[in-house]
Amino acid sequence: MLAWTIYLSFAGALVQALLPKGKAELSRWLALAVTVAGLALAVAGFAAGMGQGRVIIADVPWVPAMGIHYLLAADGISRVLVLLTGLAAVAGVLFSWNIELRTNEFFAFYLALIGGVYGVFLSFDLFLLFVFYEIAIVPKYFLIAIWGSTRREYGAMKLALYSFVGSSMVLIGLLAAYATAGSHSTSLIALSHANLPVNFQMWCFPLVFTGFAILAGMWPFHTWAPTGHVAAPTAASMLLAGVVMKLGAYGCLRVGIWLFPRGLDPWGFSFIGVGSWRDVFAILAVVGIVYGALVALVQTDFKFVIGYSSVSHMGFVLLGLMTLNQIGMTGAVMQMFSHGIIAGLLFAIVGRIVYERTHTRQLAELETMHLSKRLPFATWSFVIAGMASMGLPGFSGFVAELQVLIGAWSVKPWWTLAAGVGIVVGVAYTWRAMQKAFFSDKLPTPDEHPKTGWPDLGAITWPEYTGVALLVGVSLFVGLYPRILLDAIEPAVKTLLAGGGQ
Amino acid sequence: MSGIPVLTLLTVLPLVGAAIALWSGKHARTVALLTTLASLAVALFVWTQLPADGSMGLVERAAWAPSLGIEYHLGVDGLGALMLVLAAIVTLMSVDAANRVHHQPGLYFGLVLLLESGLFGSFTALNFFHWFLFWELSLIPAFFLIKLWGGTRRGPAATQFFVYTMAGSVALLVAFMAIFLSTGSMDFPHLTQLASTGALEQMVTAHLGPVTLWLAIGVLAGFAVKVPMVPFHTWLPAAYAEAPSPVTMLLTGAMSKMGVYGLLRIAIPLFGHQIAQIRTPLLVLAVATVVMGAWAAVAQTDLKRVFAYSSVNHLGYCLVGIFALAVPAAGAAAQTSQAAALNGVILQMFNHGLTAASLFWFVAIMQQRSGGHRGINDFGGLRKPAPVLAGLMGIALFSSLGLPGLNGFVGEFLIFRGVFPLAWVAATVSLLGLLVTAGVILTVIQKVFNGPVAEHCTGFQDMHHGERMALAPVIGLMLLIGLVPQLIVDSVNPTVVNLLAHWRF
Amino acid sequence: MNYTDLFRATLPETALEVAALLVLVLDLSLMRKAALKARVAAAALLGIAGCGAALWAVLLQGNQGLVFKDTGEFLLTTGGYAAVAQAGILVLTALTLLLLVGEVFTHHIGEYVAVVLMAAAGGLLIAAAQDLLVIFVGLELLSLGLYILTAFAKSSGKSAEAALKYYLFGGMSAAFLLFGFSYFYGLSGSTNLAEIQRAIAASGPSPLFYVAWILVVAGLGFKVAAVPFHLWAPDTYEGAPAPAAAFIASVSKVASFALLITLSLNWLAPGQGHGSLAFLGGVYQTWPALATILLVIAAASMMVGNLAALVQVSVRRLLAYSAIAHAGYILLGIAVHPVYNWQESLISFTQSARGPAALSANAVLYYILTYGLTTIGAFGVVDVVERATGSDRLDAFLGLHKRNPVLAAVLLVLFLSLAGIPPLVGFWAKFNLFAAVLANSAGVVPFRLVALAVALSAVSLYYYLQVLKRAYVMPAVNETPIKAHPVTLAVLVGIAAAVVLLGCFPAWLQGWIGSF
Repeated sequence: MLAWTIYLSFAGALVQALLPKGKAELSRWLALAVTVAGLALAVAGFAAGMGQGRVIIADVPWVPAMGIHYLLAADGISRVLVLLTGLAAVAGVLFSWNIELRTNEFFAFYLALIGGVYGVFLSFDLFLLFVFYEIAIVPKYFLIAIWGSTRREYGAMKLALYSFVGSSMVLIGLLAAYATAGSHSTSLIALSHANLPVNFQMWCFPLVFTGFAILAGMWPFHTWAPTGHVAAPTAASMLLAGVVMKLGAYGCLRVGIWLFPRGLDPWGFSFIGVGSWRDVFAILAVVGIVYGALVALVQTDFKFVIGYSSVSHMGFVLLGLMTLNQIGMTGAVMQMFSHGIIAGLLFAIVGRIVYERTHTRQLAELETMHLSKRLPFATWSFVIAGMASMGLPGFSGFVAELQVLIGAWSVKPWWTLAAGVGIVVGVAYTWRAMQKAFFSDKLPTPDEHPKTGWPDLGAITWPEYTGVALLVGVSLFVGLYPRILLDAIEPAVKTLLAGGGQ
Repeated sequence: MSGIPVLTLLTVLPLVGAAIALWSGKHARTVALLTTLASLAVALFVWTQLPADGSMGLVERAAWAPSLGIEYHLGVDGLGALMLVLAAIVTLMSVDAANRVHHQPGLYFGLVLLLESGLFGSFTALNFFHWFLFWELSLIPAFFLIKLWGGTRRGPAATQFFVYTMAGSVALLVAFMAIFLSTGSMDFPHLTQLASTGALEQMVTAHLGPVTLWLAIGVLAGFAVKVPMVPFHTWLPAAYAEAPSPVTMLLTGAMSKMGVYGLLRIAIPLFGHQIAQIRTPLLVLAVATVVMGAWAAVAQTDLKRVFAYSSVNHLGYCLVGIFALAVPAAGAAAQTSQAAALNGVILQMFNHGLTAASLFWFVAIMQQRSGGHRGINDFGGLRKPAPVLAGLMGIALFSSLGLPGLNGFVGEFLIFRGVFPLAWVAATVSLLGLLVTAGVILTVIQKVFNGPVAEHCTGFQDMHHGERMALAPVIGLMLLIGLVPQLIVDSVNPTVVNLLAHWRF
Repeated sequence: MNYTDLFRATLPETALEVAALLVLVLDLSLMRKAALKARVAAAALLGIAGCGAALWAVLLQGNQGLVFKDTGEFLLTTGGYAAVAQAGILVLTALTLLLLVGEVFTHHIGEYVAVVLMAAAGGLLIAAAQDLLVIFVGLELLSLGLYILTAFAKSSGKSAEAALKYYLFGGMSAAFLLFGFSYFYGLSGSTNLAEIQRAIAASGPSPLFYVAWILVVAGLGFKVAAVPFHLWAPDTYEGAPAPAAAFIASVSKVASFALLITLSLNWLAPGQGHGSLAFLGGVYQTWPALATILLVIAAASMMVGNLAALVQVSVRRLLAYSAIAHAGYILLGIAVHPVYNWQESLISFTQSARGPAALSANAVLYYILTYGLTTIGAFGVVDVVERATGSDRLDAFLGLHKRNPVLAAVLLVLFLSLAGIPPLVGFWAKFNLFAAVLANSAGVVPFRLVALAVALSAVSLYYYLQVLKRAYVMPAVNETPIKAHPVTLAVLVGIAAAVVLLGCFPAWLQGWIGSF
């Protein structure tokens, strides 16, 4: 049943591409229908899968000569991420309701991207996973290049090339692993039992992990992310930060760590405290957390603040993955979900609600606009979103970050401390942005006083209300009742940690 | 009665009220009044349902996220129930005092009710996650209340308030993460039990090394900011002064008690031994709080700042009382002193909350009547044009001073009664605070109410009917508790005994 | 050898030649006064019919080749990978003929189609050849045809220049080739590939052998446009009329790579001898050196092709350099073969598409066939745009999605396939090829070259996206619709659909190739 999310999305994309021009309204409603259907399927699949372990959805031989199967399966982690995709997809459509330029092409690329993302999360064949992963790259390029804003062509090309380079690294690893395992099968399950030689894993793991981590925004390969996020139109930023970066992290987990667990073992020697690839990537993750936060603190463009905050939050995911213990990795997956929702919300507010009305993202200009009075909905939505992003308890981010920190402490306490610094700085930059953009009392010019009222900024439309309500509601629900996700994630993480088979 | 989750109801009631108030526009205050009245009724009901032996009553437990040790665990004992009642009363007073909110009243009262919910939640929570959730939850409305409706320098005041409290929260969080890592539990009663046998320290040391003392300091830091304790108090004067007076009532009446409550519910039970180890420096800081608060109040000319520093001073007594308790292996006499001190602390929490809230209410009234002035020197001889105000406020002021017969005396007396045998140096130095406070209060009375009438006070309107009806019960309560403290002590003492029995220093 | 065998073995070539003659006759007699369109349609249809007949003949031929009476060695093979290559050549030829519809670059339709068919016949010969002389005959038949085709646009100076360059370059490389062949003959006393191999195995490879091999590689490298023999390609791709360029880019490559498969399987595959033949062991160890030369050329082609394409402004030249790069990838596949166990029959090792050498041969064939298909489509699109705007520069593609959305969609599919984006066939072809290389030999050098190839594929995305960016993203300068002939459009859409379908269901084509 979950597989229909993929098929529906691609079918929707095709129909959108064939729609005659000028039917923007039809295009939007169609896109909404498709994404809502996808979400419904994701929720149903999630509910049906509760308490079950890995469920095989489809297993059809694809290229029998090479052992490649069209193998779709879902375990707890997949179901959670599919749910995230469904939510982000619906929210993205809602926040793109006002796109008038080439609307049907926009939604065609959008749905194709969503289809690819669903595919990655549901694939259990390495080749199939790679195919879906690559399918997602091209729509991103066009979404940003055509409908984006600041330096969109440059941002789009940078993003496409970085993603492609990352996936090329993965391809090399894939080919090598396939050949080394005897070229019998590309099923992830089979490869995880393939007993690949330790030497092989030692170089294949960092290659594959880095390839995926580029898309996850790992420092220092993260530079595509802020540029790309800022250049992208709102819905694309929401998807990019919310879901696509999670593709990278998911790949790190599902392919990197599951197939090449020995690659994380100690090298036998240690160089300034670094003694294994695990140390290396954990350090890079921590650097990403702190660096992303510090850089976000000094940005002058509102969207850049959010872009760098995404880099910082993804650092948490990667750190959680590197803890290699139950609680840390559960936290990583929770953070994937939580940040997906929250980042989507933040970009929606900054991009759709604020920027499209004020036509500026510069904090210095927003300071003079008294938005807390003129756009109260945006203000309070951002307050809530900001609190969620800071990791305030009651929202989904708190539980996730708590778990990652606890998990990290078990391994190396200083990781936790450094990450904690990141959280504190996170509070600071969210604070600063909120303060400057919404609650500042500066006047545009010294003698101008708003006696006669400010120019109207345009009412908030129903899709914006719905989208914000959806995302805030989900974050709150998961924050107050984390069990609903934890019950799905924990067994899956346990299996993954235990079942390398080696 | 055991079927109805009363405590959950109590916590959710203000949330519902907040949601309604947000959309009520002009009628938000009415909605808020009704909600706070209802909350008070429920809180009083809870007070009557306390178990006689001082243990936890009205307990509610449900699994929440077991793998993380997170459980929905609520319960009240005498301490908690008294705090609930206090929070309800103070919030009611605050809403009553806020009759001049013209700018976005729906949002204002929504935030106030949200804050009340946060207070109720943190006073009834017995699991760290739930407790921390409400601890943080109360922070946000307070920040916005200061920021959006405050005085001229509200921006920096609100930011400072937020930053300090956040920093404290981070310290708390880190400490509790460490505890969870070592014990796998976030449950306060369970952790208290572990600590009382020394098992907590063993587990922490086994998992993380000899860091228990640091954890204790972290937890203490978190609460030290909230109470506040010197030197973490610098956020308070600005925040109290810039916040609108009704909000200040909440801040001083209820929110500061969250800090003291935290010390009693979390810091002492879990880290009693560690606190005993650093008792002396802590006592020094507590005494410094007492003395500094009093001395600083002398120098202020803004009435709000006077009372703000005075609050610091009064809460300092609580701190002295708490840290003086940390005596290892207390004999029978010492135990009696401990019981007295603890009773005094709890009483002081309640009484100060009441008194300080009413004082700020009076300041609000004065500020309204005088067109925004609230300096000590702005008034004079108010006794003549406003005798009722002078009378009622005088009672409140004397209660703050600690006059016997009023509620302020009982708490302070018990604290000193308990602390003298346990830490006579601290007690003696704190006496200074008493003396200076007396000086401050008397000065205020003299300058504001006595003496020649100032020119702009001749037309000073006295308290009208509505205000009298609102404040009279409060003042009456002060008298009542002052004369018949058993009303409270009888319910609190079993809890005190119970708590002391479980605490290990 | 009797003439029935000869006839059977050369049935496909015969069919093509007959069709060529028929076309000439028809065009120069009956259709002389007819309109250009009718003449084109008739000639193209006849040509396609001829291809169809030849295809049927290929499938009919079975697995028995044409054998020399005296030595029992093959002169021409049939079946196996040769049949695959021949079928591919015929299908691709038919497609290039379809592209002819609507063209106006020449009035000499009959001659054009006839030359195409004859060149295709030469290609068929090359694919099946097992004898040096047959190889050379086929190669010249193909090449001379290609030179003529390049020059066919008489009114275009570029066409003539390109043809001359192609001819001169080609003539020189043919000379090299022949020189190398003569050395092989000298070393072995025979022109038959299998006999040459045995002779050299017996006597041991001498320096002369290596020189000869290098000369042969030079000659063949020219045909596939490998570095450093690639200099003709950009000019030829740019100057030749589009259907001719499409033919050059697809059919001649298929034929040449089929030939390279033959040579490499015969001469590179032999490995360690066993048992009583151990005395030959020392000899076989040095033969992998031959592969090294191919690997060097492959690496150079990949790099030069991809890097040079980055700076092109003419889409045709961009396609030329990308062709050089793709040739590099394929050469990698050819250079790496499984080791031949001498105990087995050489025939079954090399000739059958199911034998042990099949993996790499199949992968190479899959790649070149699908690449040919995609390239024909690409040239078709470029041609339509060129005729409408008068230029093949990047800027001519601006706003294509508005001017002709179907064409833009076809362009999108084809270029992404060339870049290697799944689920298009280009990705599968690359994956298959690299997997075969690693399966055959997971040693350090092949692995590093695979890594290089993948990395350069990533680079290639950039220049393909440049064209797509013009078509989809950047604002149009001129918004008048571009019209394409319905047949052309149908062919292009068909090719695009095939690219998508073959990419989604790679097992079809792979299975078909493997069934020979």
